[in-house]
Amino acid sequence: MKSDPADYGFAVAANLQDAVKLLAEEPKRWLLIAGATDVMVQYAAGTLGARKLLSIWNLPELRQIEVLPGELRIGAGCTYTDLQGGGVVAGEFPLLARAASWTGGIANQNRGTLGGNIANASPAADSLPALLVYDAELILVSVRGERRVAYGDFHTGYKQMNLAADELIRAICLPRKFAGYVSYGRKVGARNAQAISKVCIAAVGQSERDVVREVRIALGSVAQAPIRLGETERAIVGKRLDADVRELARKTAVSETRPIDDIRSTAKYRAAVVGNLVGEFLDRLAGGESSGE
Amino acid sequence: MPGGQNEHIVGTSTPRKEGRDKVTGSARYIDDLSFPHMLYGATVRSRIPRGKIKKINFGSGIAWSEYVIVSAKDIPGKNYITLIETDQPCLADGVVNHPEEAILLLAHPDRHALAKAAAAVEIEYELLPAVFTIEESERGDRIIWGKDNTFKSYRIEKGDVDSVWTKADYIIEGEYFTGAQEQLYIETNGVIAAFDAEKGITIWGSLQCPYYAHKALVAVCGLPEDKVRVVQTETGGAFGGKEEYPSMIAAHAALLAMKAGQPVKIVYDRAEDMAATTKRHPSRTRHRTAVGKDGKILGGEIEIVMDGGAYVTLSPVVLSRATIHAGGPYYWPNVRVRTKAVATNTPPHGAFRGFGAPQALFAIERHMDKIARTVGMSPAEIRRRNFVRQGQTTITEQEIREPIDLAKLLDRALELADYDAKKRRFAETNKHGVRRKGTGLAAFLHGAGFTGSGERYLASVVGVEGRADGGVRVLVSSTEFGQGTNTVLCQIAAEALGLPYEDVTIAQPDTMVVPNSGPTVASRTAMVVGKLVASAARGLKQTLIAAGLLRETCTAEEFRAACREYVAAHGEFRSLAKYESPEGIYWDDVKYRGEAYATYSWAVYVAEVTADLTTYSATVDDFVALQEIGRVMNPVLARGQILGGVAQGIGFALYEKVEWRDGRMANNQMTNYIMPTSADLPAIRVYFEELGNIHGAFGAKGIGELPMDGPAPAIVNAIEDALGIPFNRVPLLPEDIFAAVERESSLAGAR
Amino acid sequence: MKKAAAKREIFFTVNGEPKTVRAYPMERLLDVLRQELRLTGTKEGCGEGECGACAVLMDGTLVDSCLIPVAQAQGATVVTIEGVLRDARFRALQESFLECGGAQCGICTPGMILAAAHLLQKRPKPTMEEIREGLSGNLCRCTGYMQIFEAVAEAARRTAVR
Repeated sequence: MKSDPADYGFAVAANLQDAVKLLAEEPKRWLLIAGATDVMVQYAAGTLGARKLLSIWNLPELRQIEVLPGELRIGAGCTYTDLQGGGVVAGEFPLLARAASWTGGIANQNRGTLGGNIANASPAADSLPALLVYDAELILVSVRGERRVAYGDFHTGYKQMNLAADELIRAICLPRKFAGYVSYGRKVGARNAQAISKVCIAAVGQSERDVVREVRIALGSVAQAPIRLGETERAIVGKRLDADVRELARKTAVSETRPIDDIRSTAKYRAAVVGNLVGEFLDRLAGGESSGE
Repeated sequence: MPGGQNEHIVGTSTPRKEGRDKVTGSARYIDDLSFPHMLYGATVRSRIPRGKIKKINFGSGIAWSEYVIVSAKDIPGKNYITLIETDQPCLADGVVNHPEEAILLLAHPDRHALAKAAAAVEIEYELLPAVFTIEESERGDRIIWGKDNTFKSYRIEKGDVDSVWTKADYIIEGEYFTGAQEQLYIETNGVIAAFDAEKGITIWGSLQCPYYAHKALVAVCGLPEDKVRVVQTETGGAFGGKEEYPSMIAAHAALLAMKAGQPVKIVYDRAEDMAATTKRHPSRTRHRTAVGKDGKILGGEIEIVMDGGAYVTLSPVVLSRATIHAGGPYYWPNVRVRTKAVATNTPPHGAFRGFGAPQALFAIERHMDKIARTVGMSPAEIRRRNFVRQGQTTITEQEIREPIDLAKLLDRALELADYDAKKRRFAETNKHGVRRKGTGLAAFLHGAGFTGSGERYLASVVGVEGRADGGVRVLVSSTEFGQGTNTVLCQIAAEALGLPYEDVTIAQPDTMVVPNSGPTVASRTAMVVGKLVASAARGLKQTLIAAGLLRETCTAEEFRAACREYVAAHGEFRSLAKYESPEGIYWDDVKYRGEAYATYSWAVYVAEVTADLTTYSATVDDFVALQEIGRVMNPVLARGQILGGVAQGIGFALYEKVEWRDGRMANNQMTNYIMPTSADLPAIRVYFEELGNIHGAFGAKGIGELPMDGPAPAIVNAIEDALGIPFNRVPLLPEDIFAAVERESSLAGAR
Repeated sequence: MKKAAAKREIFFTVNGEPKTVRAYPMERLLDVLRQELRLTGTKEGCGEGECGACAVLMDGTLVDSCLIPVAQAQGATVVTIEGVLRDARFRALQESFLECGGAQCGICTPGMILAAAHLLQKRPKPTMEEIREGLSGNLCRCTGYMQIFEAVAEAARRTAVR
């Protein structure tokens, strides 16, 4: 353990209002922590830059799941465990529930939060591709009020976000329009549990007799942030999923990614796996099965 | 054939002697202990692979006078860690030869203040050119150790190898590589040292070999033998990683304690432990084999080179074992084995379960499959035709005297694995889809105990003591670290004396209390030390008989009464047994010829894998581990040893890769060094056979290291079966499978 | 050198007993348990939430105590290996781990037992697959896991029978 606890300021927000007030008073001074599963690893390794931590763990305003007629509103403080195990998340947004089960072990899932995962903005985060395909919107809150941002516009670069210094993520909103979609999600890591992903895919779509009606594909770990394969989607929508179209999809998907060589894997491997996973999704889409992997 | 039908305790699953403390969380490991006025210690380590230390700067912002600082010049005794050679410094003195080499030691009462200080030491170096791989080292254009970078070499010659090539119907060559592997015991290295001007140095620590540490401390501290005391604390896994390394950390803590005049605790965090301590030796093996039309080996040349890291440490012994196991469980009428261990500028490689044998056996077992394919026979048949049989000799010309029938063992393993049916089924299902399945097998042996005259040299001594309450206490320096030492040795003593298991205790290994029964390594404990325990136990009984208090045939209660009476009259008494070399054991240390080991355990393992062409990852779906181990001393413990060893072998094959960057382990975190989780392992199926062993307690042979030898070749053989692509390197990661699949398909496209 | 934080009083319940410690908010719960409270049964294996050796129950859920700033345990109910086996639902784990060879070197055992307790709390009759998954956040280097799973299954069987 390389850090000295005595060097860190620590405040516990009494409620959401308390938290945004402090952020407004001292913008950029406080690092928000909820379940702290990412922050504490950096802390132990001696690489945590922040010196003042504001805990928003378990604030009731942030830990609700509200089921509204048109959308599901997930509090940013909901843990991965909160996202699993039946309910609307598992029923209507299976890729998110499944991704939540991939992240770390059960002990990590009991603490890691969806808001924390978004704010930490690791390109390898498991839940984020699912949010992209489900057209998630974030509700950001500060003393100045609330605003909604399409999640697809939220990440602007590696660990760069459309999030002001005095804002925090309050909720993640998912439009309830994906019933009956074919869905497909897969994480490729170094082992079956507790692995950082090398490639991660979330995809949904609808087809009618082999013709693609609608398709959304998102990937993690192959760019600076999780990405939607917009070009690939446009290339195949309205087309029949014959061998040529599948090959086009595979090639376009790979061209949209920027995989790297790092300590975990190689760019070439990631690119090849991207192509294979997209192919596997299209097999499922053509087959018309509605359940995921 | 094994032991006998009269045993009541040996051969049963008596509960783990120290088990209750472990399951209730009351077992005390070194970091659970704390002493009054204790300081914490930390190590400042080299950031470069090779060079001269120009200047050491103590950074600002630290109250340096609060710290105890130790450098090479503070060493009262010798600045080396005693092992085989004396080339490894305890603290670097002017030069460093590997990343993470220890340069300075610091101590402070506050753990956090200590970490800050360690980070504030800045060292200026003059870099020297370094060597990182076997190829770089053997090229010899950069000499980093001795005259030619070679720590040790061996040569075995049997028969007339040069004459076989012209008679061969096939000449088959192959090159096989194994990578470094980290032991990854869940408890990191740790020790506490205390110094007293009168009593000398005492070390408590997580370790396998108290007497190795004792010897090293005598040299470094410059103290007489009776002023150094080493006590083993409950140890959370070791696997060889705490065989020789603890001598280093113990010496460091001792030096700080001597200078500070207060106890000092050093416990490594995971990152330091992974980066700075020993790993399995990487290896390269080349085979060239002459084979007849009937698939029989006529002869061959085997060349093994191992990467020993920056200092000699245990490389000569690891290399020795690799050399002797190079031929596998086969009959070689003619063979030449040339092996060497070379230096690189990486932290010295060391002991890890198997100790050279997994490397050598990976190569020969992959090579046998290559021979099979070349000759046009099945992997099973090629092995049947070449298995060594009773009456034949090994590559060191040791005659196999026991009735081991490897062909029968193979047949049983294949049946248990449903091998033939699976092969047929997979041939069909592999025609479609992205999940390709394969089966592979490995046949192997593992010599138990120290090589050749090693056991005689160790001259192990064991004691059994009579207690005041009528029970007995076993006195050995053999340590428990999960493998069952405490339990099995107590079972043996109880059996030998006709006492209930509960009446036997075992002393905590403390060099002030127990004799030197040798290191807890080389799969020797049940067999060699166990036999001495039985001897010493019988000796204790003889004392009571000679005193007229007991008859030869007696009940447990009679024994206890006699023992109580004797202790009341004479005080606690003990009987010692000393190792005696068996008759007719001949070993030539120069020619490397003769009885290399007192006995071998034998095994056939069968792996079933799936290779997923979407992700290029291979997983093990089923695993059969069948072995002949002399005698199953404790079924639950024996099965546990095989299950754990196979799991580590699966890790060695498919998951555990050390990423080297300029001689340093870059992925020194559990997040990035991948060991299998429960979700990655199949239900491993374990089966035993027992042929007994005249040299082992109640017929025991060695079991601890055997399971490490078979999984890697069985798995890679299975992957070749699944994909039709030969792989000759472990670890075999998805990225490697991908690269080969891509290469194959572009070659196919080009045709 | 001026310190950024001041120690504060943390009130929480550990193994059914109310405890008060004075600690810096960013001290790891693991260190507070082991050092201030001298409950050394919870172990450190990696310091980064990968190995599960530090697992405890906090407010009924399994967490890695090396990743919890003690300030976030304010008011919490914590159960460690020293207390978990007193619970009738989990007591059978002690004997079954001994009989089935679930502990070899023992260092992962406290975390494993906590993970098993957490599983049995949710699933009193788990399948082997559920056991495998429930314990997948706990690394063991000695056993190859199987005898641990068998111990958990056996404990579940015995508890159900009562």
